This record gives sequence, structure tokens and C-alpha cells, in this order.
Amino acid sequence: MSAPEVAPRLAATRPGPRQRRPRYAAAPSKTMRRIILSITAVLFLVPIASMIEFSLRSGQTGAHGFEHYTAIFTAGAAGTYDVLFQGIANSIAICLVTVVIVLVLLLPTMILVEVKYPKLRGVLEFVCIIPITIPSIVLVVGFIPVYSVVADIFGSQPWTLGFAVGIIVLPYAYRPIASNLAAIEVVTLSEAARALGAGWLQVLWRVILPNLRPGILSACFITIAVVLGEYTIASFLSQNTFQTALVLVQHTDPYVAVIFAVFALIFAFILLLVIGRLGALGRGRPHA
Amino acid sequence: MSSESKIRMNSTDSLSTGTTFAAREGARVDLQNVVKYYASQLALNGVNLSMAPGEFVALLGPSGCGKTTVLRALSGLESITEGRIVIDGVDVANTPVNKRDIGMVFQAYSLFPHLTVTQNVEFGLRMRKVDAVSRRRRASEALDMVGLGDFGVRYAHQLSGGQQQRVALARALVTRPRVLLLDEPLSALDAKVRVQLREEIRRIQTELGITTLFVTHDQEEALAVADRVAVMRAGNIEQIGTPEDLYTRPATSFVATFIGLSNALDAQLAGSTVTVLGTDLPLLGTGPADGPVTAYIRPEDVSFSTSSSSGAIAATVVASSFLGSLRRTQVRLDTGDLLFVQHDVQLHPLSGERVCVALRGRPVAVDAR
Repeated sequence: MSAPEVAPRLAATRPGPRQRRPRYAAAPSKTMRRIILSITAVLFLVPIASMIEFSLRSGQTGAHGFEHYTAIFTAGAAGTYDVLFQGIANSIAICLVTVVIVLVLLLPTMILVEVKYPKLRGVLEFVCIIPITIPSIVLVVGFIPVYSVVADIFGSQPWTLGFAVGIIVLPYAYRPIASNLAAIEVVTLSEAARALGAGWLQVLWRVILPNLRPGILSACFITIAVVLGEYTIASFLSQNTFQTALVLVQHTDPYVAVIFAVFALIFAFILLLVIGRLGALGRGRPHA
Repeated sequence: MSSESKIRMNSTDSLSTGTTFAAREGARVDLQNVVKYYASQLALNGVNLSMAPGEFVALLGPSGCGKTTVLRALSGLESITEGRIVIDGVDVANTPVNKRDIGMVFQAYSLFPHLTVTQNVEFGLRMRKVDAVSRRRRASEALDMVGLGDFGVRYAHQLSGGQQQRVALARALVTRPRVLLLDEPLSALDAKVRVQLREEIRRIQTELGITTLFVTHDQEEALAVADRVAVMRAGNIEQIGTPEDLYTRPATSFVATFIGLSNALDAQLAGSTVTVLGTDLPLLGTGPADGPVTAYIRPEDVSFSTSSSSGAIAATVVASSFLGSLRRTQVRLDTGDLLFVQHDVQLHPLSGERVCVALRGRPVAVDAR
């Protein structure tokens, strides 16, 4: 008699394929999730597809081809787009300077505050969030007199824009590192490493930084994305960057401007994939 | 030679021998009048604690009493305001944590998540520049010792809580530290694993002969594993002694009530005689001045009796709890006092039942009222 009593209980605890799983709190249903994902995908994909379609147009005939793409790389056209290639090179230099600022200034400060001065966490967060509350145009007005001094010291070099962009990216770089720091119990790990004989540099290099890799990579990715999309500061400080060059080129050849915008999007997408892979390197996967 | 470099040398010497996981003589530890202030708040108020080589001492006390501060001061993770911390005759109060040659297991799982189990255990050896072959061998021995020899390639998130703490123990012991510090290492584990692991910690500590300080708020845990238990309260050590001493001869009312269960009853003290509920009992140790006192009587020192017995007190059963090998019953005396009685499990008093209880003639601890 016991078997029939057990069977219904098992059926109740293991829902069959047709049984609905219970939903909790505000979790959306599977259908709702699909709708949200589809709408988001359309919002992203339609402009990109339109850009690609536009870049493939051959004049006013309605035909499509790769003429505009090949034109970029032909020797004759090379001189035409010098300003654009120079802008890309400048943007890469600014990216490097900004990433260095994040890694050398922001990251050690955050680790120091987390490990040694946790009471300052709120102050640091407030300072890092401030740039997002100030419009770029207002910041630029403040940067102009500062950059007259910067130009005296370093010359009017495009890479010096990295100092200004380094401030603008603070809110975006701060958040992923802060989330990562909160997730790894950095104080306990540091103390464990210290008790095992590690000095502070070894704690930083062998324990904290490897565990902060996902946060650091995300911060760097966002920093690069912000630099590649930054226009206001570069424009007002009269520097040639990727964005300002795109605006210039757009006046003479809108197709090329769109092609480079598509390239930038693809670059960002690849960067995101690479960072995701790098972040997962060297970590075991949890058991299913 | 500075005290710091002496400690460092000892550590390196013992590791470079490449011997198997043999016992290393534990260190003598002395905390002398240790005072610690957090800003203006006094956390340790002149703590004195001596640990013999190879001794297992448990620090027991309620939350906020300063027991973890003592452990962290000994480890070097907290600086002290005053006093001396002496390990094998060397004052290490100003020696940084990474040079004190201590092993530590934390309450939170503190395994490095980016390293495998073997790499975690090797970490301390790597910091001491032990060669790769010795590192692997010693890590393997340490993992075997805690019964996780086959788990070397796993990551922390692939282990249960108990397994993680075993790895943490292996990691703390693999460098053969002179002192092992355990900061509530079992508190995050479930009851069954906790008992298993505490027995294992005791076995390994006995085998290695390492001086060990174990912080816990669980008195059963402390009494079960430690050679001596130090009961702390408000930054002071109230009493230190063997588990039996603390239980049978509590020095203060706090210890009497904190260790085990005690019935606090109004009594009269006259010389070395304590009169409780009309029964004369011998005084345990020294007491306050003659007069009204509070007597602390263990539940096992109260028994059910017949009404005709001498010293029998009428009472009504309030509730009775089955505790496995024994039963504990709460009764309300006709005077209104509540009293716990510990008795044979076969006896099953019912709530509301009228009974008689009597005090056994054992020595009783008292405190001024």
C-alpha cells in the first residue's frame, strides 16, 4: 500500500513538462522575457542594419555594393581620410591614457579605501559619481582654463585629453570595480593572505587583482567605450579625435562616416566578447 | 639579531628541511596586560593569558566581549594600545602579521576563489619561497591530513562549507606555524559537520602539538575540545581553567550563568554555609560577606523527591524537555521561584503535576545580592 502513497508526492515535487513552475516576486514569465528581449534586440539591430544598408548603397540607383568600403583603402583615397585615421590614432592614445588613469589612480585608491579605510567608501563613491551629474558642456567650460596650463606643460597634444576624459569616466569605471570588490570579501582574503606570510604587494598582485579581473576588465571596456564616443570635450578643446573626425568627414562623405561608425560598433562588440572571455579565464565552473 | 628576523629564520629553517608532516614543538604564548582601544572605546582591558607549548585554549564569551580582538591582536591583524605579546620569549607586538609565523582559520570561508585547492594550500609555502617540488608534496600531505587528498584540482565554489574549512585548516598548517589561531571556524557550518570538524581539529592539533587559540561563542564547542577555556566578558578574562573547573567551580556569577545552566536563587550566607530554600549547603570557594546572596545551583544538583524526604519542597511542573540522554523539567515552587531539574529520561513529569524537589548537598557558588 505504501507505493501508491509515495507516487503522488513525487509527482508533486517534480513538476512534469506541462506543469508550470511557480513564479516568485516580480519575476517576469518566459513569454514576457522573450517579448522584452525581442523589443530590445529590435531597438539595437534596426539602426545598425540601417547603417550597414546605407553604407552599401551605390549612389541614387538603389543598387548595393562594396564601393565605399574599398574606396577607404585605395591609395588614391587615402589622403582624403587622413583626418579620420589621425582621429582614430588620437582616440586610441586617449584610450590608453584614460585606462592608465583608471588602473593607476582609481583602482589602487578603491582597494586602499576598501581594505584600510572603509569609512571613506561613501566619500569616494560620492566623488566618483559627481561627474555624471554635471553636463559635459559645463565641465568643458571648467576645463578650458585648466588646459591652457596643461598645454604649457605638455604642449597641445591630443593625448592630454585623457586627463579630462579620465574624470568623465570615473562614474562608469567606479561601479564595476566597486561591485567586484563587494563580491569577493577583499578584507578577509587580504587578511588570510597576510596571515600566510604575504606582504602588501603580494596580497595585491596575487590575491586582490586576480579576483578583481572581471571588474577591472569591465571598467576598462566602459572607459574605452566612453572615450570612443566622447565628442563635446574634444570639440571644445579643438582636438581631432575619432568622433570629431567623423563629424568632419560626414560633411564630405556620409557613407564613410557611417562605415566607420559600424566599425566602431563591431570593435566594441568584439571587445566585449574578448573581455568576457578573459574574465572567465582560469576559473572552474560550478557543478551543475 | 632582531626579534623579527629570528622569527623569520625559524620559519624558513623548519620548511627547508623537507621532512614529512611531522610535529613541530608548539610555542609558548604570553599576553601581558594587553589593552586595546578602538578610538575612545575600550575593547581589551588588560588581558593576561599564558599558553603552554602545544596547549589548546578556547576563548569563550558573548558577542562583543573582546575574544576576537584578543585573537586578532595575537595574529597581528590588530595593533594593541598597551601591553606585550610574547611568543617564545620574543615580544612580537610590533611585528607585522606576515612575519609572526602564525596559522589562521577565519570564520568566513577565506579560500582564494581564483586558485585551486592545491594552489590555496601552497600559497603560504610560495610566500616562503619553498621550491615547487616540496610545495606540491607538502600541500598533498596537508590535504591528506584533512581527508581531502582527492580534491586538489577543485575550486572553492566546488566544495561544501565543511570542506572549505578543512582546506583552510590545511592551508594554515602546511607552513608548520608556531601558533594556530581559529576564529570561530565552525560557526557557519551545520550542527553535524560542526561536531565532526571540531573533533578533527582536536585530533590534528594533538598530533602536531601546535599551540592553538580557538575563539568561539559556543560553550559546548569550547568545553568539548579545549585543554583550558578562558571566559571573557567586557574586555576582561573572568576565569580561565579546565572545562571541569569552569563548570564545577565557577569563579564569578557571570561564569556560573554563562557556562551551562544555573538556577539563580535567593539565599543566606553565614560563614561557609549557604542556606537555600531552607536547605544548608556548603559554600564553593570564597564568598562575599555574610548576608543575603544569590546562589547558583545546577539543574543536576536538584532532584525529585518524596514529600516525606528532608528538605523536600513542593512545586508544580511547568514544562519538561526531552534532551536525548536526559530530561530537563522546569517547576514552579510554591514560593513562586522557577527551577530547572535535570533527571533520568525514564521519568516523564506532566505539565501541572504536583511534585516535590530537593537540593543535593553539593557545594554552591554564590554572589553578593
